Amino acid sequence: MPTSPGVRFLPASDRALLISFGDEIAQESHEQVAKLLRFLELEPIPGVRNFHPAYSSLLITFDALRLTHAELEAVLRRHLEGAKQLRLPEPRKVEIPVCYGGEYGPDLNDVAALRGAKTETVIELHAATQYVVYFLGFVPGFAYLGELPDGLITPRLATPRRSVPPGSVGIAGRQTGVYPLPTPGGWRLIGRTPVAMFRPDSGSRLAIGDRVRFVPISGDRFAAMEKEQARA
Amino acid sequence: MSAIEVVTPGLLTTVQDLGREGFGPMGVSASGAADAMALRLGNRLLGNAEGAAGLEMTLLGGTFLFPEGGVIALTGSDFGATLDENPVGLWRSTEVRAGQRLRSGPTKSGARCYLCVQGGVAVKPFLGSASTHLLSGLGGLEGRALRKGDVLSVGASEPIFRKRTVAVRALQRLTPRKVLRVTVGMQADWFPSASQQLFYGNLHRVREDSNRMGLRLEGLPVTARTRGEMITEGISLGAVQVPESGQAIISFVEQQTTGGYPVIANVISVDFASVGQLRPRDEVRFERVAMAEARALLIEREKLLASEDLILE
Repeated sequence: MPTSPGVRFLPASDRALLISFGDEIAQESHEQVAKLLRFLELEPIPGVRNFHPAYSSLLITFDALRLTHAELEAVLRRHLEGAKQLRLPEPRKVEIPVCYGGEYGPDLNDVAALRGAKTETVIELHAATQYVVYFLGFVPGFAYLGELPDGLITPRLATPRRSVPPGSVGIAGRQTGVYPLPTPGGWRLIGRTPVAMFRPDSGSRLAIGDRVRFVPISGDRFAAMEKEQARA
Repeated sequence: MSAIEVVTPGLLTTVQDLGREGFGPMGVSASGAADAMALRLGNRLLGNAEGAAGLEMTLLGGTFLFPEGGVIALTGSDFGATLDENPVGLWRSTEVRAGQRLRSGPTKSGARCYLCVQGGVAVKPFLGSASTHLLSGLGGLEGRALRKGDVLSVGASEPIFRKRTVAVRALQRLTPRKVLRVTVGMQADWFPSASQQLFYGNLHRVREDSNRMGLRLEGLPVTARTRGEMITEGISLGAVQVPESGQAIISFVEQQTTGGYPVIANVISVDFASVGQLRPRDEVRFERVAMAEARALLIEREKLLASEDLILE
């Protein structure tokens, strides 16, 4: 049976198995996660119920009345080679308009101060990078994007906000992301997008593997786009 | 099509079915009834599909008017319900005449009582399920808890009243537990044996700020060895996460799909229903079982649910 080096199968609960492709956030292990997920979506395993992808691992939940950990692992081992050979579709490129600072980015000044940079530099750095959607988690439509340039790395807020306005663009450690819904949140908010990141009818704006760029817009443009969106 | 009018909503009443599986890659957790056993049995009493949507009441129940009547079943915890002043028993089908009001009050036992109705509660499904996901404001009725004046449609079905009850012997075996059985967590080895002893040897009290997303516990702090930050990974239902504070959190039906705190243990599937009945200030203990035992218990539970003498006519 072919075994891929560095791949580990770990029982997470009586109905979940975690496949780990490594212990670090790396483009390569992420690609393995994305490929296996895609493969399993194309060739579903009977009894498998859900997937929770993350940076370098995939949690698979299953119907424990139909499958055991060992049985699932055996099927997955057979699939690993096929998943590796799979060619992922060309990544979608998504642009997200962001109005930085002011009321939309209440932590922008703090981030600049923490990094000893001008606010303009923070915006330029954030908008100049192309990010990869590593996975979606936390709440519906919340995409974990990386990697943030070194110059923007800051710790989370010591006390998370009770409610973050939807569309808020936050940064934390090496990650950045957009809050799709009004939820609590501990990331530093540097701007906001008028684009809905999650809609009940059409689902999530972003999907695993997408390439994302943030495009700075003015307050007026934000207001105009928000109006357009409300009509849509 | 008949209806249910919300006269008073109670503390927190939501539309729930058995949840939406398969949308983890979008960051959407399953949601669904916190005590899925109670919902399934309520539906069985009415001849509904097991996964039909019902109302999940929390700690303090509401008052509901049935303008055209219907057939209902109350399951889960006893909220002292009455129908025009007459007590309504749990775990049995009950006929409601047109214009009658079902009143329920504060719980006399666990956290949740289910009001199931023949035909099921009909709402516009979100990703294939009627379940309310409160944190994200999606599913159920406008993604929120019920309010006074809401009117819920009941799925079309000719009301057929059959007097049915759940067998007492089965109910005894389904009694909610305060000793939660767990399997070893993904990061259990981050916790030295002294911490493990604290975790398994002591009581943990359910905090007031617990909800469907997670049950926050307090007790003697359980500390992990410092091993730097964990890489965020997928979290399974019932995972017992331990943040820096050392106070455990049980991830529950509206869980985050991923998390970055070490997981010391994971509640076994058959005990999820017990977690759903925990109230604030309840005290629980954890007991470790092997993966094979967890599975055997699940098979046994499903056998019980499939047995012919479960529902008595």
